[in-house]
Formats: sequence, structure tokens, C-alpha cells
Amino acid sequence: MALIELTGIERIFQLGDSTVHALAGLDLSIDAGEYVAVMGPSGSGKSTLLNLLGLLDRPNAGSYKLENIDVTTLSADELARVRSERIGFVFQSFHLVPRLTAAENIALPMTLAGIPLKERNTRVAKALVDFGLDQRADHRPDQLSGGQRQRVAIARATIMQPALILADEPTGNLDRHTGEEVVNLLEALNASGVTLIVVTHDPTMGARARRQLVMEDGRLQSDSAKP
Amino acid sequence: MRFADTLRFARDAATGYPLRTALSVLAMSIGVAAVVILTALGDGARRYVVGQFSSIGTNLVIVLPGRSGTGGFNPANAITTTPRDLTIDDAGALRRASAVSRVAPLAVGTSEISYGGRLREIMVAGSTAEFIPIRNFELAQGRGLPDDDWNRGASVAVIGATVRAELFGNEPAVGKLVRVGDRRLRIIGVLKSVGQGLGMNTDELVIVPVALAQAMFNSDTLFRILVEARSREAIPLAREQATEIIKQRHHGEEDVTVITQDAILATFDKLLGTLTLGVAGIAAISLAVAGILVMNVMLVAVTQRTGEIGLLKALGAPARTIRLAFLAEAAMLSSVGALLGYLLGQLGAFALRQAFPLFPAYPPDWAVIAGLSTALGTGLLFGVMPARRAARMDPVQALMKH
Ligand SMILES: Nc1ncnc2c1ncn2[C@@H]1O[C@H](COP(=O)(O)OP(=O)(O)O)[C@@H](O)[C@H]1O
Ligand SMILES: [Mg+2]
Repeated sequence: MALIELTGIERIFQLGDSTVHALAGLDLSIDAGEYVAVMGPSGSGKSTLLNLLGLLDRPNAGSYKLENIDVTTLSADELARVRSERIGFVFQSFHLVPRLTAAENIALPMTLAGIPLKERNTRVAKALVDFGLDQRADHRPDQLSGGQRQRVAIARATIMQPALILADEPTGNLDRHTGEEVVNLLEALNASGVTLIVVTHDPTMGARARRQLVMEDGRLQSDSAKP
Repeated sequence: MRFADTLRFARDAATGYPLRTALSVLAMSIGVAAVVILTALGDGARRYVVGQFSSIGTNLVIVLPGRSGTGGFNPANAITTTPRDLTIDDAGALRRASAVSRVAPLAVGTSEISYGGRLREIMVAGSTAEFIPIRNFELAQGRGLPDDDWNRGASVAVIGATVRAELFGNEPAVGKLVRVGDRRLRIIGVLKSVGQGLGMNTDELVIVPVALAQAMFNSDTLFRILVEARSREAIPLAREQATEIIKQRHHGEEDVTVITQDAILATFDKLLGTLTLGVAGIAAISLAVAGILVMNVMLVAVTQRTGEIGLLKALGAPARTIRLAFLAEAAMLSSVGALLGYLLGQLGAFALRQAFPLFPAYPPDWAVIAGLSTALGTGLLFGVMPARRAARMDPVQALMKH
């Protein structure tokens, strides 16, 4: 069953009097549990696609079905709810809240969703152990290394047990070794059944995915699932 | 997001930027402290003046010779320029008035008192037995003036507390003979100390029968006639009757001024009440300024935390949650500021009372309530705009600003 179904997606940006087709005539279907790498040159529309998949952005035309629901018709608050329950984000620049501790950052999606403190604490405690952060629970982001920060971010992305994890160049700010660790973590999550979509510049990392999408000028140039 | 979590989140955000938080709290607290201290000053002045006037007697109506300038043109006044003097018999006639319960004629002058070689300057008040109760004085020892014929000036005196202390020290004063001017008087009573009251220090007063005072000062006129109305409601009638009786006695000429303590009180009360209100209004401007400052601080916070707002949206926070978080922060800044300002203001008022013990510098309740609620109100009101701006942000754009 398809988790994601995009048909005829258009995303147009107006920059002064020039229009940019960040996504043009995009058709794409991704099944639940897939591991997909999105590649392509800078400016080809990878981030725009990911934002759209993550319901942070809306297409100008086309339809997007997530778990068989046409999400283009949902209100902003309904989209927020779907993001909260079904989607986890991992960003290149981590996006941790600087004044909150590692534990609080991990708990943030649950806090926003109104989950009781007690349950938050048990789930965070487990996540801290799972991601090797139990010694860092009370550290603030500026007291953590880059790899630790990204692990906090991944723990945060998974804490609501989403169906889909979207990672936009998650290793872009990390050295090779820590980048490798982070990819291992993400792959382990995928192995447990979570659908994983990773945008990457790195061909070796892209090659590790089971399916590769290559984008060019807002279009799908190649899809390893459709040779 | 749960309410407690919203508050905790707002608190952490506020303490995360100590400088701008301190700034807005300070501005808010200065505004509230200004309201509290300035109204304490204004209301203190009102209370002080009202208290001073109240202490001269209850339901008092005062008759003084001469027409006051505000009475308008009266043809009778045009004929004679010098007003007729007030006499003891004028005062006696006022006792007939139905709305009047007590009357005391008053003649005043300065003289010297001496006893056992000690000598001092004093103020002599010539009056009758009812002077002491009308003026709400109390006796510490002895008794008041005899209640006999007003035209018979017995050689007796009631003295103030300071006079007694300076002349007699620890000796008993009642029954002693003293010299006042060129007369020998027997002390029959001593007043309780009351301190300063409207220019006349009663502690340095010597009260003698009115006829005796007139004889001492070689005059048959009065300085004032003090009239006590039967009740508060009877004051206007007493005033009317007193005016009418004197007019009749002075051949139809209205050549006296009758003022009521109530009217003076009401005038001062209103004047100083308005002053307090005005001062509170000026202080409230500083509150509005503080509110605008809080708004700007929150706008800076929203801009500064754009990336964070994008993140909250990505993590599934609906617009309402973001709005509430920023509103809670603005409310926190202004309520902490208001509370601090209230404490500062009360401290200031306390310091004022310590420095000037006679001055009742208490902020009125209405000012405290209005000050605090204006602070909270402006804080919230000016917090709405930044909060809405945060909630309306486009998540993709916001996430890019990191
Ligand atoms: N908010 C925007 N306004 C205008 N143009 C945009 C905006 N976002 C993206 N674009 C344009 O859309 C194209 C695709 O951008 P993006 O998806 O970020 O590419 P990638 O992530 O592959 O580098 C680029 O030409 C970019 O300039
Ligand atoms: Mg990109």
C-alpha cells in the first residue's frame, strides 16, 4: 500500500517578475517502510519536495495523498495534527531549542501534543538510553557535540512514533565518522518499519538507500524503482 | 499544549533572554511604582488637609466680620464701606437659632503669661464654656470655663499643655494664680496636648472668658463666632439662620461672612482628589509606555526566535499553541513587572511615611487596583500583536532563519 502518492505536483515561486518552477509535474509513489534517498544538484527542488511531503508547504497544483487522505484539502491546524502524529523531521542544522536540555528537546513534540508529564518522562528516559544520550540528559545543545545534537534531533523526531521520517541533509554539518553513525541510526529506525526519506548530496550515502530518486529542475530525472 | 507546560515554556523563554526580560520588567515596574507613589502623595495631601480641617470641630459654621468678595453686589453694602463689628450680643442671639446646638464667641490677642519668675508669649483666646467642646478639645486636668453670664469676665484661665509644662514643670497647675498681661488669673484647667492644628498651636493657648479678653485688649469686638449645627444635615440651615439673625441685628445689612467647615472640606477634598486623579493619569502614561516597550520586546523576541517558531510548527504545534506561548510570556513580563512595581511603590510610600510621620502617604485602593490592572491589561494587549505574528508565520520560511 502506498504511504505517499503525489500526482501532477506543481510548486511555483514568484521571485520579482521571474517565476521558479521548484517542482513541476511531479508524480511519485512511496510505500510504507521504504528507504528513499533524494539526490540531485543544488536548487533542483529536493528541499521543496521534502517540505511538501512534511506538510510544511502546499503545492500550487496536483494532489498529495498521505495514508490515503488527500492532505491538500486539510486546514492548517489539521495539518499540524498530522505532522505531530505521523511525521518526524531531521534537519541539517539540528534545530534544537538552545535554552532547553537534551531531555526537554526530545520531549518537545510530546509537550506540544499535550501528553502528560509522567508518560513524557518514561518515553524520554527510554529514548535517551536508546540513542546513547543518558549521560547527556541535562546538557543544553551548546554543551553537546554535533553528533550528539543530531542524535537528540533524531530522538525528538521519533518520540511520537511517526510513520514517516524526513531528513534534509542530516549529515551535512557532520564529519564523515559521526555522519556514518547518524545514518546507521536512521537506517535502524527504517529497519523497525518507519518510512525514511533522506535528502543527500553524498553519493555513497545515497547508494545505501534501497531506492534513489534523482531530481533536476523540479522534475524527477530518475527513479531507481522505475528503470 | 497543557497550561502548565505553556507557562513553563514561556518562563524558560523569558529567563533565556535575561537582558530584554529585565528591561521590560523594569519598565513595567517603574510605571506601577510611579502610580503607587504619586497617588500616595496626592491622596496623602488630601487626607492631611481634610484631617486638619476636621480636627477643628464637628458640624462647624464660622461667622466672621466683613462681607467676602464672592458674595456678589448687594446695595446695602454699597452704603457703608466699613462693616459692623461682631459683638458678644450677636453671638448670644445666634443661640436662638433652631438648627444651632452650641455657640462660642471668640476674641483673640497676644499677651504674656508669667508665674514664679518665668515668662512667655502666648496667644489668648477669649471665649465661653462651649468653646472647648465645639473645638473638640479635651481637658487633661481641672475643668473648663464657667458657664455663666457671657458679659461677666471671671478671672480664670484654661491653659495649653506647653504653657503648663514651661511654667509649672512637674508642679500641679490647677488652682495656681498667674499673671496674664496686667491681670491676675486663677488656672482652672489644663488642655490635653493635641499639637499643631491649622496655624494655631493649641498647646500654647490660654483660654479666658470672652468679656475678660475684651477688657484686656480694650475692645468690644469679636474675631469669630463659632457655631455648631445640630447635625451634619442641619449645617445649611444653621448657616442660613445665622446669616439672617446677624442681618436683622445689623439693620438689614449682610455684613458678615458665614462659612461652613463642610464646604471648605468638600472644596479641598475635591481639589486634592482631582489632583490625585490627574497625577495617577500622568503616571498611567508611563504604564502605557511600558506596555509599548513590552510589545517591542516581544516583537524582537518573535524575530529572534523565528527559527524556533518554524521548528514548533514542524513538530506539530497549531497556531493557537504558539499564540498562547508568546502571550503567556508577555503576560509574565508585565505581571512580574507589575508585582515588583507594586512592592517598590509600597516601599516608597513607606519611606515617605517614615520621613514625614505627619503625612499619611498611603496609596488609595482604587489607584493600586487601576495601576495593576492597567499594567496587566497593556501587557496582554500589546502582547497580542507579536503573538499573532508568531502564529501566522510560514513554517518553511521560519525554519530557514536559523
Ligand atoms: N521561498 C522561496 N522563494 C523563492 N524561490 C524559492 C523558495 N524556495 C525555493 N526556491 C527556489 O526553488 C528552487 C528549488 O529550491 P530547493 O528545493 O531549496 O532546492 P534544493 O534543496 O534541491 O537545493 C530553487 O531555484 C530555489 O531558488
Ligand atoms: Mg536543499
